[in-house]
Amino acid sequence: MQEQTCTKGIEVRICAEPAYLSVVRCAVRQAAKLAGLDEKGVDSVTLAIDEALTNVIRHSYGGPCTKPIIVRICQQQLPEGPAVEFIVRDYGKTVDPAKICSRNLDDVRPGGLGVHIIKSVMDIVEYIPQQDGQGMLLRMAKYLEAATETTASNKNS
Amino acid sequence: MAREQKNDGDGAIKNIRRESQAVILELQGDIDLHRSVGVRGALLEVLHEKPSRVVVNMTAVDFMDSSGLATLVEALQVSRRQKTKLALVGLGARVRSIFEISRLDNIFTICETESEALS
Repeated sequence: MQEQTCTKGIEVRICAEPAYLSVVRCAVRQAAKLAGLDEKGVDSVTLAIDEALTNVIRHSYGGPCTKPIIVRICQQQLPEGPAVEFIVRDYGKTVDPAKICSRNLDDVRPGGLGVHIIKSVMDIVEYIPQQDGQGMLLRMAKYLEAATETTASNKNS
Repeated sequence: MAREQKNDGDGAIKNIRRESQAVILELQGDIDLHRSVGVRGALLEVLHEKPSRVVVNMTAVDFMDSSGLATLVEALQVSRRQKTKLALVGLGARVRSIFEISRLDNIFTICETESEALS
């Protein structure tokens, strides 16, 4: 796991079993609330993290297994402002980030929406291949002010 | 009106009701990668009966991700092929948002109430 300064946050480690997704969603929801995201922001980041974990189980590990997924949620002061940062670390396939993309939304068929949802919700999305083929690290962040402004703008529209 | 209780999908299927030529499938809780498998099975089983109409009531669904969405898209494709009308009912704001993000809110027939979906 890439070491970063995280003074306020939590780390959750699960095995790559779909039954544990609900556990992570609970943790994300509470941590995002504590970090200051509003209800809409909490809902959207919870969805995005669920999608990230689903992609790890399906694509990085090729299906449910006992290998670990680590999720870290931290309050961070980024150069652009205060944010909640989410790290999802897996030890599955190492993939070229350029090849991680969503399907064309006009092509209506089951699946292929996870990356689109993550990128729609988060302000920062970075797929970082780990050295020696040791899986991937997905770094995501949601700015607190942007989340509040977006919600206010939606309420007013 | 026939009524039967189902416990498929790790509890994601709250109830399945049959009214005339329609089947109403009530979902509940979180529909994610874990529970969408059971929902898919129940939906395909219902569609296999080739009713004239299938209504998926999602009033009691708290959360749905793209796995659940994929299940509904597959059901929609099957329903169109066999000319069964498929409608979704009772989408809360949290569930509706994933349809909007994925631009699928205009692909499905989404109704406010069961009676609207059955009319």
